[in-house]
Amino acid sequence: MSLTLEQVEHIAKLAHLSLGPEEKALYREQLSAVLTYVQRLQELDTESIPPTACILPTHSVMRPDEPRPSMPREDLLSNAPASADGMFQVPAVLGGSGDAL
Amino acid sequence: MNLHDLTLEQVHARLQTREISSVELTRALLERIEALDSNVNAYLLVTGEKALAAARQADARRARGDAQCTPLLGVPIAIKDLIHVQGTPTTCGSRILENFTPPFSATVIEKLEAAGAVLLGKTNTDEFAMGSSTENSAYMTTRNPWNLERVPGGSSGGSAAAVAARMAFGALGSDTGGSVRQPAALCGVVGVKPTFGRVSRYGLVAFASSLDQIGVFGRTVADAAILLNVIAGHDPRDSTSLDVPVPDYRGEFKDGSGLKGVRVGMPREYFIQGMQPEVEAAVREAIATLEGMGGELVEISLPHTDYALPVYYLIAPAEASANLARYDGMRYGLRVPGVDLRDTYQQTRGRGFGPEVTRRIMLGTYALSAGYYDAYYLKAQKVRTLIKQDFDAAFEQVDVIAAPTTPRTAFEIGEMIDDPLQMYLQDIFTLSMNLAGICGLSLPCGFDHQGLPVGLQLMGPALGEPAVLCVAHAYEGATGWHKEQPLL
Repeated sequence: MSLTLEQVEHIAKLAHLSLGPEEKALYREQLSAVLTYVQRLQELDTESIPPTACILPTHSVMRPDEPRPSMPREDLLSNAPASADGMFQVPAVLGGSGDAL
Repeated sequence: MNLHDLTLEQVHARLQTREISSVELTRALLERIEALDSNVNAYLLVTGEKALAAARQADARRARGDAQCTPLLGVPIAIKDLIHVQGTPTTCGSRILENFTPPFSATVIEKLEAAGAVLLGKTNTDEFAMGSSTENSAYMTTRNPWNLERVPGGSSGGSAAAVAARMAFGALGSDTGGSVRQPAALCGVVGVKPTFGRVSRYGLVAFASSLDQIGVFGRTVADAAILLNVIAGHDPRDSTSLDVPVPDYRGEFKDGSGLKGVRVGMPREYFIQGMQPEVEAAVREAIATLEGMGGELVEISLPHTDYALPVYYLIAPAEASANLARYDGMRYGLRVPGVDLRDTYQQTRGRGFGPEVTRRIMLGTYALSAGYYDAYYLKAQKVRTLIKQDFDAAFEQVDVIAAPTTPRTAFEIGEMIDDPLQMYLQDIFTLSMNLAGICGLSLPCGFDHQGLPVGLQLMGPALGEPAVLCVAHAYEGATGWHKEQPLL
């Protein structure tokens, strides 16, 4: 199981990670090794086996729908890389290549 | 005897009789950290002033005759830097959270504080808990107190080293694939991974949500049991926490009654070619000891053990790639401005995440991507079912399962950092428990010829903590490995 450089670039793009040429080459090699290793799962016949997403019995957990105070705005903005007028300040979403996100 | 040599239980007894105060105790530990931690690097951040303030409060509470004099009142504890303490930075060992101070505390922290515990600071971890050595921390590598050239294990290596080096009387960690048990084994302390859902994860930074569980470290099984009792229980803020009463773990220990009637399973798949012979010998001897104490030895099989590693390294990265999507540089954490929004995301994440986190995000992204989902992620989830069924069948025959925690003792710093797959193989004996959601622990069962600790792993079914802790406590009492200490 060997990834191509194009595949590595595609994965990095999906995951929003900028990688240098050396990193791409290194991850290509390392990820290929791990993917080769995990191939052994294909030895098992799992046709009739249900998947396990979570070990707990899955059911919706409800809480009372009661209004509660939320965290103070200043506290939440205190970790923001940029803020103005009590709001998060972020790069423009529309316009530029960000449009196609 | 030095104060730091006391166990958590002994400390509690002396605090109760007023032989010592929490302030004295906290000062003694802060001084020890000051003197030794430049060698060990267990703590990313020591919050000395806050600790002393908490100690003064604890002393005042005790002086008032507070009816709720819990076993942790005034006792100094360390916290893995993946768990939020309001007003104290959480880094997760990552550059992407270098300047992040959480505006809230984890439920486990609120419980510790309500019990009067003194929080000494935040301990080192592999970045976002991804690793088996703490070498993936963006800030520093923690050293093994038994040999400073060796790793302490990981990812909760800082917490394990702090307890082993007697720089805390107990500590919290988190265990997604062995991150409490493996460092406990390598550092010669007790580390408990509770049942999935036993402890609230509110305020624990998410790595792989179907596997993550907060666990505890202690120098003795009793110390770990006491800590677990304080943090366990249902939490409305964590919908995956179990609404099941918490037993008195420490209270169930019966000294001197042996292990008569306890069925101990020995899985043949956990004694493999390539493991360090001294580890195998120490674990086999430990199991013989359990038998000698009246335990009934049952040879069992967990036939899908070999598949746990590939299953884990698909499921955990897949969940991580989703959980770590939140680090986008918008609302908190690092932001590296780019030419536009997409570039800002890519630069921020490219610079903010270290190599192992990047690797796992990519692996998970690939496993979840169109065209590969069925072959990788879904396949892994199906094999996960088989692994869980192995344990279900085993626990119909036995009460606890005994096995090695790790295939070898602490390895050298730098030895495996360039070979991720080799590093992943260090977790082969611990991953299955997280996949099956069951509970277990590691406790010391000997040393190799270099004086490095060996860990015995005991596993129990979901909510089987009482039996596992009782067997561990009995073994500890019969052998006394926990009395050995590293020379620092």
